[in-house]
Parts: sequence; structure tokens; C-alpha cells
Amino acid sequence: MSPDGLERDPDPVLPGRNAHSAVPRRRSSARDIQRYASLFAQRTKVMRSSAMRDLMALTEREDVISLAGGMPDTSTFPADSYAALMNTIAGESCARALQYGPTEGFARVKECVARVMAAEGMEIDTDEVLVTTGGQQVIDLVCKTLLDPGDVVVAEAPTYPGAIPTFSSYEADVVQVTMDRDGMRVHELEATLDELERSGRRPKFIYTVPNFHNPAGVTMSLERRRELVRIAGEREIIVLEDNPYGLLRYEGEALPTLHSLDDEFVIYASTFSKILSPGVRLGWAVAPAPILQKMQIGKQGSDLCSSSISQYFVSAYFDAGPWDDYVRSLLEIYRRRRDVMLDALAEHFPREAEWTHPRGGLFIWATMPDYIDTTDLLARALREHVAFVPGRAAFVDGRGGSAMRLNFSGVDEDAIREGIRRIGEVVREQVAMYGTLTGAGGSVEPPRREAASRADVTAAAARIAAERAAAAERTAAAPRAAEAGGDSAADRVGRTDEDLAKVLHMPAKHKRAG
Amino acid sequence: MRVAVLKGGRSLERQVSLRSGARVQDALERLGHEPIPIDVGPDLVTQLTTHQPDVAFVALHGSDGEDGTVQELLEVVGIPYTGSGISACIRASDKVLAKHAMRDRGIPTPDFYAFNETALGALGAAQALPAIEDRLEFPIVVKPARQGSALGIKFARTAADVPTALVAAFSYDRKVLLERYVEGREMAVSILEQDGVPVVLPIVEAVPEQEDFYDFEARYEIGRTRFVCPAELDEPVGARAGEIALATYALLGCSGFGRVDLMLETATDELYVLEANPIPGLTETSLLPLAAEAAGISFDALVERVLAAVVVPA
Repeated sequence: MSPDGLERDPDPVLPGRNAHSAVPRRRSSARDIQRYASLFAQRTKVMRSSAMRDLMALTEREDVISLAGGMPDTSTFPADSYAALMNTIAGESCARALQYGPTEGFARVKECVARVMAAEGMEIDTDEVLVTTGGQQVIDLVCKTLLDPGDVVVAEAPTYPGAIPTFSSYEADVVQVTMDRDGMRVHELEATLDELERSGRRPKFIYTVPNFHNPAGVTMSLERRRELVRIAGEREIIVLEDNPYGLLRYEGEALPTLHSLDDEFVIYASTFSKILSPGVRLGWAVAPAPILQKMQIGKQGSDLCSSSISQYFVSAYFDAGPWDDYVRSLLEIYRRRRDVMLDALAEHFPREAEWTHPRGGLFIWATMPDYIDTTDLLARALREHVAFVPGRAAFVDGRGGSAMRLNFSGVDEDAIREGIRRIGEVVREQVAMYGTLTGAGGSVEPPRREAASRADVTAAAARIAAERAAAAERTAAAPRAAEAGGDSAADRVGRTDEDLAKVLHMPAKHKRAG
Repeated sequence: MRVAVLKGGRSLERQVSLRSGARVQDALERLGHEPIPIDVGPDLVTQLTTHQPDVAFVALHGSDGEDGTVQELLEVVGIPYTGSGISACIRASDKVLAKHAMRDRGIPTPDFYAFNETALGALGAAQALPAIEDRLEFPIVVKPARQGSALGIKFARTAADVPTALVAAFSYDRKVLLERYVEGREMAVSILEQDGVPVVLPIVEAVPEQEDFYDFEARYEIGRTRFVCPAELDEPVGARAGEIALATYALLGCSGFGRVDLMLETATDELYVLEANPIPGLTETSLLPLAAEAAGISFDALVERVLAAVVVPA
């Protein structure tokens, strides 16, 4: 599985793999599959569509510019630093690094966690920390601890694609609540909770990515954060706050985390993946003690402990100097890549397409006209050797069919420009074709070749806004609490909630996972 | 024998092909052959000339592998290969060519109209859509001409769905077809040659677990479609399905093995050929191995039989 939870090529032909395996394998027969099928647990039956899986497998071909990944650029980490850190570990703590460690994680790593969280304005006791195998394991352990089959989990629409298989594997009933530019719509959340309550159901937890949402690219406003923890507190529902990207902010001021607003009903999850390395597979949870205890027992059953070698690596790294220098260098790189992608979108995507303007994180969410199916479009795009994640991957019920997630962190600026150019070309081709087929003339807005600066992103947004100016005036009567100092170009020109809802592309709807 | 197993490739059916290929490799080992796995890419010719296999087992599906492209290269390099020859692959993998051939020869296939992107742009083909819709009646199935498995197949329930379905189908190929929807039971008739004579294997019926239209995406998934083999059919219907499949196989010039997919229309009890697959899937969930097993032919024996019927380059 990739970090998206999207399965990729399981069976590459490894160099040197050859015919001479020593032990002949057991005979397999066509009937085996039926025999095994009767053994499979119910939860294995809620799997992603094969078409999507087969397509995603192709996005990792070497000749493909993949904007489908969710990967930080690890080539930016200096190899000699890595060598020096490993050398220190070999010299000072070789045997311990090669040994099992405590299930909750080494104390020295929890200290690192405390430092990272302090950088995001949170003061914690290291006793509250559980070191995990990536942030993904937090999601898994929370499900393991809280969910019985059929229990309700509330998530955003769209939600992190990698969380869906985890929810599904615990047979959760996932209910998705739509978002706008201020994140999860809490009024809709309340209505949803009321509706569930009327049918005698109470969700076990609400899963949210408040900062630089994956995949939607939006950030929850302060007002919404306060509302969310109020609702959770009043109804005694856990909020799982997944915050892998909080420190990757390219503009505006940081907002308080949900955890810092309420530590009674919030489980906080984060990771070293985006600030240091996803390869170390280390994340953490901060949770109320009784929950943390159960999660720890759950972790024991899963993997005993997270890698000691990785934990020594992280603590050696934090000992070696200011840990956030590297984060600052990443910010520079990712901010530029985001801007390059926004510019390229403005230049190459037709006016029928819309997209979000993330102030941080790794992703842009783009929405095509509803007659374009982005799963099929991916097949077309792959012929041009470029890839993205079709929006359906972020929904449990088949919505998101016209959206796509674009990643700007994993490839360099030239590749981003070229990748977006190619996607734009196939989108324009389909817009034109639809126009021809419906007699709408088939004239596509020519790409705005001259539009190549951030200012033009503003212009593009302004045009969208102008088209709906009157409506915007009416609906924007009540001022919203905006992120302090975080107004983006798109926001300043008055993009309304309705516009963004359209970009995020989803009416409210409930559906069972799988 | 040293057998190159050609699998993977760049087609959208890469995953299925990798699974077919891996399974064939295992069988070859058990049979005492020496499999040489090749993930088909730009170094294919180099790999073939370096390894000089005695035979190539083509376990590719979709573009390149099933449409005659790889077969053409194997002819050039002079390596005997399994399955059908170039021209049969070209005909069978293009549904439009195959269906025209069937119609000309009187083999029943659902009514259809095809057009390519050029016709759309340069000849105003869109203006012909209402007439097409009139003749086929809704729902209409829209398919890319050359795409295996289920990718890009859409149902249009009303005229409003047609443009969207066409845009989707054109994502996979520059040529698409609109086909009359045949409501009924889906039958897969597998054919395996013995001593140069094509023999029909027991028919597999694909029974969708959910109601509504047959979900094409279920094709490779466990638990979403139930396969019944041999299909419960009246004897004359089963016999006729076999005859039609054999006629299609012969018409397209297939050899070695193949699979012909038919619909048994509920309203009329008529059989219609949807398509022929020159290289049917060989995965654990594939239909041809299931049919072979129902006939008492193990997967290993199946592989041996396919290997015995190679195309030898001229």
C-alpha cells in the first residue's frame, strides 16, 4: 500500500528473480479461490474497485509524471547527515537500537514529540504520548480501541483516502460531512448527529484533518474548531484530530489545534513523516489516559513496538541540532512548488475547472465539470504519461467522480509544469468533445498562456467570483471568522462558500463504507 | 523447455496480466520447464534475443499483448508463441472489427454503431446520435473498441447520459461503439485446442450478487460475482452457445485457446456474442481455468495444452 491507501503494483519482476525456486509450490486450482472465499472475513469484502486499483498501479511507472503520490521529497535530506546520524547510533547505542523497545516508545522520542508539539503551541506531558508506526497506526489503533462492527465514524467529505480502508476493515459505517473553505461544516455535522441520534446511533468518533486537508487542501477556521470541540464535549464523542501537515504552512498564521482547545475528547495524531522522513515510519498519539492505555494494548498485539532503529535515528537527529531547520528548507521548496502548480493550473486548465488554494500541506483538490469522470480521465492521462488521484478515492459512496487530487511535493517544478500541462490538455480535449456531442459548440476557452503568475490565480478566482458576484453579496452577509492573517488570494476576491462547496463537490449524503 | 513468460506491460490490464503470468510461471516450474519471467517493456526485444527462449508464453492482456503488437515482434525475433497469431489478435481485440466480421458471417451479435474521434470532429457524427439512439433503444451500452476487462464500459439509460458515456469511453480508445443492451444471463465459453482441434469447455455463467445492471467491475473481485460452472442451461441452448463460440473463434482465426463471451437474452432466449478474447485471463479468479477444471483439466495440464499449440513464425 502507498501512503494513500491506494494499492499499487504488488508483483514487479525483481531483477534476478528466476525460475529456480528450490521448493515447488503447492498446486493451486481454480476452485481454490472459492474455497478461500468462504474463509475470508466479512471485512475483506469492502474493497476498492478493481478498475481504480489497476489504474493506480500504473501511476508508479517510471515514465509517468505522478502527481498522484502523497510523498514528501526525501531527496532534500542530506545524505551525509543521514550517514553521520547512523554512525553515531552505531558508535553509541548499537545493541539497544537493534533490540526491541517499549511498546509506548522510547522516552527520548517522546521528548522529541513534546518539542514538535510545542512548536505548534501545545504543551504536553510525555506520559500522554504513544509512539506509533506512522500516523496511520494511530487511525488503526483508534478504530481497534473504539469500534465494534457497524459503529458510526464521521469523516469529512472528501476524506483522507488512506483512512477509508482502515475504517472499512473495522466494518465501520462511515458518514461523510461536507466541507467548504473553512473546513468541515459543523452545522451539517450537528444535523447529522441529530439525525443519527434519532435512529438510536451515536458515532464513536469524528475523524478530521483540520490543517491543509488531504485531499481537499482547505483549513478549518478557528470558529469551526471551537464549535467542533464544543459539540464533541457536549455529546461526549471523540474527535480524532489528524495533523500531519500543521508545520507545513506556506502563508498565514497557525491556528490552535483542536487538542489545545480541548484535551478531554480529542485524540491527537501526528507524524515525523512530513517534517523528517516517512521512511522512519514513526508517528504518535496523544490521548486521554484510559484510551491511551487501550491503544497501547492494541499496539502490543499489532507490532509490540515501533522500530527501535528508527526511534534512535529520530532522537539522534533531534540531538544533533535545530530540528526545524530542515522543515524550513522544506517550506521553501514546497511553497515554490505549490505556486508553480497554481500558476500552471491557471495557465493550462480550462475555465470549466476549479481548484482549491491550499495555504500549506501537500495537495490541491481540483474539480472538473460533472460530465468528466476522473477515473476514466486518468486512463486517458496515463497515455500522456501523467497521473493524479481520482476523487472517488476520497469517498465511501462513489461521489467525487469529477474531482482529482494533485500533489505538489513529490516532483520538481519542471515536472509539475509539464504534468499540469498534460492533464490540462486532456481535460480540454474532453470539454471540447462534450461540447461537440451536446451541440454546445465545442469551443474551449483557450489556455491563458500569458497567465503565468500568482496574480493571475487571483484574476482567475476573481472571474469566478465576478460571475456570481450578486449571489456572493447576498450570501456573504454574515462575516465569517477567517483565519487570522491567513487570507489567500482566492479568499480576498470573495470566493463564497457555495463556490468552494462546488469545488469540493459534494452534497450531503450518508453511505455505508463499501 | 525454456519458456519466456511475457507479462505485465503497460496496458491498463497490467495487474491482471501479472497475476496470470505469475500463475503460469508456477505451473511451468511444476511441469519441469524453465520459466523466464519478462515484464514487457522497452527492453523486450533485447531480453528475447539474450535469453533465446524456446517458446514465449504470452500472458499479456489488453493493448500491446492482445492486439498483435507483441506477436509481431515475436515473429520478427523468430520465437514460437502461445495463443493466436497476429491477424486474429488484431481482429479479436478490436470489438468493432470483430462485430463487423460476425455480422457479415451471420453470427449473432448485439446491434451496434461505431465511430471514432475523427468522425466526431470532422464529420459531425454527433448529429447522428439521435438516430442511433432511436435504433438501439435505451439503455445503450457504450464501450471503447479496444479495451479488455470492464474499463470504460458505461450504460446510458437516457439520451442525456450518452455524451458523458462517450467522453468516458473515448478516454480509453479513439474508437468507440454504442451497442444495444441485451438483458439476460452472461455466459463465458472457453475454448482449448487438443491436437489442433478446438474443443469447447464447460460454460461458465457469471451471476452478479447484486441486482441492478451487471457490475463490470466485479469481474476480478471475489464475492461480488458468483460463477456457476457448468452453467445450468437447457441442453440445446448450451450446445448452441458452444457452436456459436466455435464459429466465432474460427471466424476470427484464433488458435491455441480463447474465450467467447455471450449473452443469453431473457426475453427471446437468443444468444448474442459480445466479444472474443484471444488471451483470456489465467488468474485465480479467471473463467477459462475454472472451465478447464470443470472438464477435469488441471491448471498445469491447461498450461501444457496451451504450450503444445504454439504459433511458429514463418
